[in-house]
Amino acid sequence: MHLTYEANKPMGKQQKPIELDDVTIRFSGDSGDGMQLTGTLFSNTSAFLGNDLATFPDYPAEIRAPQGTVGGVSGFQVHVGHKNIKTPGDYADILVAMNPAALKANAKWVKMGGTIILDVDNFNEKGFAKAGYRDDPIKEEGLEDYNIIRAPITSLTKESLKDLGLDMKSVVRSKNMFALGMIYWLFNQPLKYTEEFFTNKFRKRPEIIKANEKVLKAGYHYADTIEALHTSYLIRPAEIAKGNYRNINGNTATAWGLLAAAEKAGLQLFIGSYPITPATSILEEMAARKDLGVISFQAEDEIAGICTSIGASFAGKMAVTTTSGPGLALKSEAIGLAVITELPLVIVDVQRGGPSTGLPTKTEQSDLMQVLYGRNGESPVAVVAASTPSNCYYYAFMAAKIALEHMCPVILMTDGYLANGSEPWKIMPTGELPGITPPFADPDKEYEPYERDPETLVRKWAIPSMPGHEHRIGGLEKDALKGTVSYDPVNHEVMTKTRAEKIRRITKEIPDIEIEGDQDGDVLLVGWGSTYGHLATALEELLDEGKKAGLAHFHYLNPLPLNTGEVLGKFKKIIVCELNMGQFAGYLRMNFQQFTYHQLNKIQGLPFTVTEIKDAVNKLLEV
Amino acid sequence: MSETKEFVQYTPRDFKSDQEVRWCPGCGDHAILNSMQRAMSELGIRKEMYAVISGIGCSSRFPYYMNTYGFHTIHGRAAAIASGTKVSNPELSVWEITGDGDALAIGGNHLIHAVRRNVNINIILFNNQIYGLTKGQYSPTSKKGQITKTSPYGTVEDPFHPGELVIGAQGKFFARTMDNNIKLSTEIFKEAARHEGTSVIEVLQNCVIYNDGAYADINDREHREDRQLILHDGEPMIFGKNRDKGIIMDGFKLQVVTLGEKGITEDDILIHHANENNPGLHTMISNMRHPSYPVALGVIRNVQSPAYDMMVHAQIDKVKAGSKIKSVNDLLFSGNTWEVE
Repeated sequence: MHLTYEANKPMGKQQKPIELDDVTIRFSGDSGDGMQLTGTLFSNTSAFLGNDLATFPDYPAEIRAPQGTVGGVSGFQVHVGHKNIKTPGDYADILVAMNPAALKANAKWVKMGGTIILDVDNFNEKGFAKAGYRDDPIKEEGLEDYNIIRAPITSLTKESLKDLGLDMKSVVRSKNMFALGMIYWLFNQPLKYTEEFFTNKFRKRPEIIKANEKVLKAGYHYADTIEALHTSYLIRPAEIAKGNYRNINGNTATAWGLLAAAEKAGLQLFIGSYPITPATSILEEMAARKDLGVISFQAEDEIAGICTSIGASFAGKMAVTTTSGPGLALKSEAIGLAVITELPLVIVDVQRGGPSTGLPTKTEQSDLMQVLYGRNGESPVAVVAASTPSNCYYYAFMAAKIALEHMCPVILMTDGYLANGSEPWKIMPTGELPGITPPFADPDKEYEPYERDPETLVRKWAIPSMPGHEHRIGGLEKDALKGTVSYDPVNHEVMTKTRAEKIRRITKEIPDIEIEGDQDGDVLLVGWGSTYGHLATALEELLDEGKKAGLAHFHYLNPLPLNTGEVLGKFKKIIVCELNMGQFAGYLRMNFQQFTYHQLNKIQGLPFTVTEIKDAVNKLLEV
Repeated sequence: MSETKEFVQYTPRDFKSDQEVRWCPGCGDHAILNSMQRAMSELGIRKEMYAVISGIGCSSRFPYYMNTYGFHTIHGRAAAIASGTKVSNPELSVWEITGDGDALAIGGNHLIHAVRRNVNINIILFNNQIYGLTKGQYSPTSKKGQITKTSPYGTVEDPFHPGELVIGAQGKFFARTMDNNIKLSTEIFKEAARHEGTSVIEVLQNCVIYNDGAYADINDREHREDRQLILHDGEPMIFGKNRDKGIIMDGFKLQVVTLGEKGITEDDILIHHANENNPGLHTMISNMRHPSYPVALGVIRNVQSPAYDMMVHAQIDKVKAGSKIKSVNDLLFSGNTWEVE
C-alpha cells in the first residue's frame, strides 16, 4: 500500500460569508494534542461574540494513551448558534482530526457530506497502521463525498516557528493553534480573544506567547488562501436576554452554588473530598477559594472525605463532600450516620458509567437507585438533580438550602456530561437567590437534641462551644423525646417514620413541576438530570411537526413535586427517557402505579441524540 | 485559646452525664473514664469547648458518659470525624475515644493520616488486645498465637505495636498508660491536651470477660514496679521496686542493667528526652516488652511541630488578605465576563 495525502495548495480568494443558524464542530486528536483547550478557546470566542453554545468534552480515561491509537483520542464538541442552543449537537458539521485515529474514532459523528479537516502530515502509513486502517481511511470510512481538507498542519506549524529557536516539543505542541486559526477563518471570528488568553496564560514566557500567536495566524492565513475552503461562514449573535454573562462548566457552577449558599447562610464552607473523576474539579475549585474562607480537606479516602464533613457539620459548618458513583458507594455507611444524627450535609454525586470503575470519563445516570436507597436501614435523604451545566449553580445552592434548613443530608446529582460541559451563563448574583436560615438552637432556652419543629419536624442545631447545650448524638437509635440511646421497639418505629416524614415535608418548599410544550396531549416526555437539553430540543422539533407532546423534567427527585401524579395523568402516553436501564421509570412506577411508563434508555456512556429521542417518541405515537 | 485564659473551677462530677455507665463490672474502661473526667476538670478549659468523639466498640460508648459535646460515630471513622470537627473550630478541645479494633483495623487508614497531618486532637486508644463488643475475636494487637473465637488454633498474625505505628506515621506525641493507674493517666491526658498536634495515648486496658489478665504479667501488684518503666522527661530511665534497674544503650540495642553491678552507676543510664526529634530511641522504648524489658509508660514522645488545623487557618487568612475576591459576587464577575445589551 503506497498512499500519500497531498496537501491542499494555497490559492487566493475572496467571497462573502454565508450566514448560518448554528454549527457543530468537533475537535479531535491525541489526548496530548490539546483538543480540550482548542475547543474551549473557540467556545470562549464564540461566547464573546454573542453566540449561544453548548460544549461536550469526550476524553479517554488514560492521561496519555499510546500516541496515534484510537484509545487515546480526545474530543471536544461545540455547538454554536444564533438560536437558543440546548445541546452540544448530535452530529458535527466540521470535524478536525489531527491524526488517522481521531478520524477513526469520530468519522461516525460527522454529518453526511460534512467538512473534515485533517492534519495530512500524520496521514501516512505509520499513522494508518496505528489507527488500524488497512486502506485509505477516506475510502474505508466511505467519506469520499465529504469535504475533506487536507491541511499540512504539523509541517506548516514547524515552518512558521523555524526562526524562533524553540525546542521541537514546544513547536509541535502548538499545532492545535494552527487548526484553531483555520476554524476562526472559516467562521469569520477574530483572533484577539485567544491572543489575550496567550498573554495572560504565558505571562512569564513571552516566546510561547509569540509562538502560539504566530501559529494561530498561520492557520488563519492558510485557510484564507486554500482553494478547498471556498467560502467562510457567519453566525450572527443569538437573541439572548440582557445581562452579564460568562462561560461556565457544571463543576465550577456546582462549587459556586455551594459557595453562594454558605455566604447566604452566614457559614464557613467545609469540603472534605477525595479526588475522583469526574468530580475532582469541584474540590480543586474549592481548594482555590480560600479567599472566601473555604476549608478544603483532601482526605485519605472517600470515607474520610464524608466523615470529615460530618465532623465539620457537627461543629457548625456548611459541610460538603463531592464524589462519583464508586465513591458514593464507599460513603454510604457515613450517609446513614448523617441521616440518623440529622446533621446537614451536601453530597455531590457527579455520575459516570458504572458499575465498579466502569467508564470513569463517560456520562451516565445509573446512580439514581444508589442515591435513593443505597444504604442500610430505612435511610431517606433528599435528592436534587441539576439539568444543565449552568443550573448546577442554582441546584447546588438549593441542595445546600434544604440540607441546612431541614437538618438532613441532601444528595445533588450531576454527571460527567454536566461536569465538563460548558455554556454561556447569565450570571446570577447572590442577591437573586433566596435566603438560608439554619435552625440554630436558642442559646437562652433548654436544649433537647431531638426536639422538633412541629411543622417541619426539623430538630435544632446546637454547636460545640454553645454553653449549656452539651449533648450527645450518634449512630445508635435515640429516644424520640430525650435523645438518649434507646432500644425500645416502638420508639424505633416512631423515629424511623419521623425521619421519613421529615424528608417528605420538604415537598412544601419545592416548586410544582411545570410541563413544557403542550399541557396535555398524546405523549409526555419525562426526564431528569442532564438529558434536559436533548429532551427539550426534541420536544421543540416534535411540536414543530405538529405532535401533541409535553416535557416534564424533574429536578427534585426526593421528595417528588406535589403535582407529579397530576402531571403524569394529563397525557395519553408517558415515555421516561434516561441514560440507564430505567431507574427513574421504576421509581415512578413504584410511586404512581396507576400509569403505564414507556422507556427510552441508553447505556453507552454518551448523551442522547435529539434524533434518538424523536424516533422513540414517534414510534410510540404510531402504536 | 481564649477559652483557657478564663479559669473555670470544675470537679470531675461536672463531667459525668446522667447516663448509667454500662461497661462490665471490673472493666478497665471505668478507671479510664474517671481519669478523663478528672483531667478535664483540671485543664481549665470551659466545658462547652470539649468535644468527645468515638468510633464503635466497647470504649466508644464513652461520649454518652461525658457531660460534654459528644459524638458516637461509626466503626473506624472517629479520627476522620474528629479531624473535621477540629479543623472546623480549632478552639475546641477534641478527644477521640477508640479501641485497638476501631483504630488499628477498620480505622487504620484514618489513624495514620490524622497522625501524619498532625491535627490537634487527642486520641485515647484503649488497647485490650481483643474485640470485646462482638464478644471475643482477635484484634490487630492480639498476641501471636492467641486463642480467641476466630482463632481457635491460635492466631498466625503478628500484632501491631501502636507506638511503633504512630511514630512511623510521623507521630509527634505518643504516651502509654495503664487503665488502673488513674494518677498517671490523668497526668498524661493533661499533657496530651497541652500538646499542639495529634496526641496518641495507648491505654493498656483489661477486658475482664474476653481477655482477662492480658496485662497481668506486667501489672500485678507484686511485679508491677519491676516490670513497668515510668518515664519522666529529663530523668534517667530507672525502675524497679528498689529503683535499682535502668536502661542503657548497648550498641544498637537497649539493655536492662542493675545499678551497682559491673560498675554501672546512674550516670550510665539513658536520660529520657521526650522532645528528641529523632524517632529512633522513642520507637525502641515504645517497643520494649516483657520479659526482656520493662514496659514503658508515660509520655514517650512529645515533639513540637505546627498543627494542621492552625496551618489551614493561617493559610486561609493569608489568602483572604491578598485576594481581590471578597464575596461570591466578586467571584461570579471575576475573569472573562461580557455584557449583552
